[in-house]
Amino acid sequence: MTADQQAAPQDHLVSALVRDEPRVLTRITSLFGRRAYNIRSLSVGSTEQPGVSRMTFVVTGDRAIVEQAMKQLEKLHDVLHVIDHSLEKFVDRELVLVKVAITPESRVEVRQIAEDFRARIVDVGRRALTFEVTGDEGKVTAFIEQMRPFGILETMRTGRVALTRGSNADIPGHVYHGEKRALGPLLASAAED
Amino acid sequence: MTGPTPNGAQALWQTLAAHGVGTVFGYPGGAIMPVYDALTLFPDIRHILARHEQGAIHAAEGWAKATGDLGVCLATSGPGATNLVTGLADAMMDSVPLLAITGNVARHLMGTDAFQEADITGITLPITKHNYVVQDAAELPRIVAEAIRIARSGRPGPVLVDIPKDVQLAAFSGEVHGPHAPPEAPAPLPEALEAAAALLREARKPVLMVGGGAQGAAAEVTAFARAWRLPTITTLMGLGAFPASDPLWLGMPGMHGSVAANRAISEADVLVGIGLRFDDRVTGRVKDFASHASIIHIDLDAAEISKIVRAHVPVRADAGQAARLLTERAQPLSHPEWTAALAEWRTRGEHPSHWGAAQAVRQVVSRLGPDDILSTDVGQHQMLAAQLARFQKPRRWLTSGGLGTMGFGFPAAIGAALAEPGVTSMVIAGDGGFQMTAQELATLTKYGIRNVKICVVNNSYLGMVRQWQELFHGRRYSEVYLGDSNPDFLKLADAYGISGWRADNSADLEGALDAWLAHDGSALLEVVVPNEHGVFPMVPAGAALSEMIETEPVPGGPA
Repeated sequence: MTADQQAAPQDHLVSALVRDEPRVLTRITSLFGRRAYNIRSLSVGSTEQPGVSRMTFVVTGDRAIVEQAMKQLEKLHDVLHVIDHSLEKFVDRELVLVKVAITPESRVEVRQIAEDFRARIVDVGRRALTFEVTGDEGKVTAFIEQMRPFGILETMRTGRVALTRGSNADIPGHVYHGEKRALGPLLASAAED
Repeated sequence: MTGPTPNGAQALWQTLAAHGVGTVFGYPGGAIMPVYDALTLFPDIRHILARHEQGAIHAAEGWAKATGDLGVCLATSGPGATNLVTGLADAMMDSVPLLAITGNVARHLMGTDAFQEADITGITLPITKHNYVVQDAAELPRIVAEAIRIARSGRPGPVLVDIPKDVQLAAFSGEVHGPHAPPEAPAPLPEALEAAAALLREARKPVLMVGGGAQGAAAEVTAFARAWRLPTITTLMGLGAFPASDPLWLGMPGMHGSVAANRAISEADVLVGIGLRFDDRVTGRVKDFASHASIIHIDLDAAEISKIVRAHVPVRADAGQAARLLTERAQPLSHPEWTAALAEWRTRGEHPSHWGAAQAVRQVVSRLGPDDILSTDVGQHQMLAAQLARFQKPRRWLTSGGLGTMGFGFPAAIGAALAEPGVTSMVIAGDGGFQMTAQELATLTKYGIRNVKICVVNNSYLGMVRQWQELFHGRRYSEVYLGDSNPDFLKLADAYGISGWRADNSADLEGALDAWLAHDGSALLEVVVPNEHGVFPMVPAGAALSEMIETEPVPGGPA
């Protein structure tokens, strides 16, 4: 098999609704670690539903790996529901804090670029400005690249978060009852490459 | 009830009793003492004191594998809990419904490196289906009920409940929970079943592979195979889920599988797998596994479907339900050429009849009755027993399939013997594996267990490792010789009050078998066999099933 025949590893955005219990994060990262699934980013936060947290992963791999990772996730007792964002349209955002070195000469230019990106200044120092940028991954990356020539002192990215577009909630009813849905039957189409 | 004020420990026993748990295997220690104290208030629960926690958990596994019901074991914190780790991993790999209860240090000591503290939930995260630390005595009944439901439902597995000592001692005034109704398995999709039936109808060289997940659905799976007249293979874990006496049976597949089974897989055009996970010992080189076949994979665990072998028709379903629905769609197949090829392959790969481990195992397993249980350790004796025993019923074969655990067989036989006192619970172990849990001879004596028959096949080696060193490491036998330091197994048994017999040739073995099996009580039989016999057929690791070595190479002959 030549390299170009192999399915290229891609980033897949997956969310999991999980019980807010001790060790859930460990349980999930341990699963990913043991089975050698590569997590590129992970965000965790509470949801509007008490006792339910939401995790968004960026998993790198071919389709089969991501499918297997999702199935393994769904098996965990603490995982109430798994969402594959590739199946529907979604919005995703990432937040980054960027500390950029400034000089009296560069100050205006840096601020101008930040304005173009609608970045907010969250800290002002004599030799550095710290910006907050929210956007999809491309925008965040572009902002960092624009700032790189000035000297980036530090960055902190949160990792991606995502919601399905439209009026339907991602959270199905069973999650509100703290129930774990029995996995649906497998469709024959799941076998298609 | 007279006795101490109701506490968490008593709530635990009440909950177990409400779930019909009548036998638990365990070993006490400091952090589980309140539970053992409360046990004195529950005379209807039988506690079996093992001599090592590993013995306790393998016995609980043996109980579960033989009955299909929950096995329960108990250990203290720290070293007691970590001694359960092997059994938990074993139960996870072989989908054994198991509840392990461990004590832990008091909550205020957790995380301080207190005496006999270990983070057992952290340690067992990847080898349990789920686990808990109970933080409040009031939560104990709910958690234990939930743990039991998780262990038994869907694809079964081990669940660990860790109870800090102060929670065991805390006052309890709540209600206990009886069993929850298990969630129903999702019905298979009609279109998936139709696709499977359509493939089978068109098949010219069909084959059915039955795994351990079908042990609870043997009747349905057998009816399915017979209705379609499908040549049938049972994996190591599936032995007994289809009767070996049936002319459709082809034996076991994989590394030490039969010639017929492996040829059938390599040539098949449609392969139905039910309740199996395509372990690497079954598939050989995956790329070449069933490379001419369309695969229909029926499994309750969605994550097993297309994990190793891509399924053309995935059917997520309970084995029994899927088999029943496919039987309804049956059209008996007739494939004279395929049948003739299979018949020819079935005559191949026979073991030599001269004296050796294979002949010894053949003679021993021929004495098994249809209801008798056979358990093994891991290694040459295990593969020989799997090749040579003829199981007619499910749940009569207890072996450590996924993890390959030495020391499993003997304690597992004790668990099975207690679950079914009316049948013979036979163990075939090697001289290596038996010594890993031989101290459980004490358990036989302590409880007067009379139906365990232990056969130690003694070739003075770690035989399977020696075989690999012979074949793949230029006969450099590195650290596998045990013969210079093995105990006198009969004296060892005698030291625990267990009678023993010994044989080192075929004729003597017949007489020893008579005496060993006729003995009124558990007994040990040592069979001394030549050192250097191998197990064949064999597919070398990493090779394709079609590259199997059918019979033992002649020493000095062509490689």
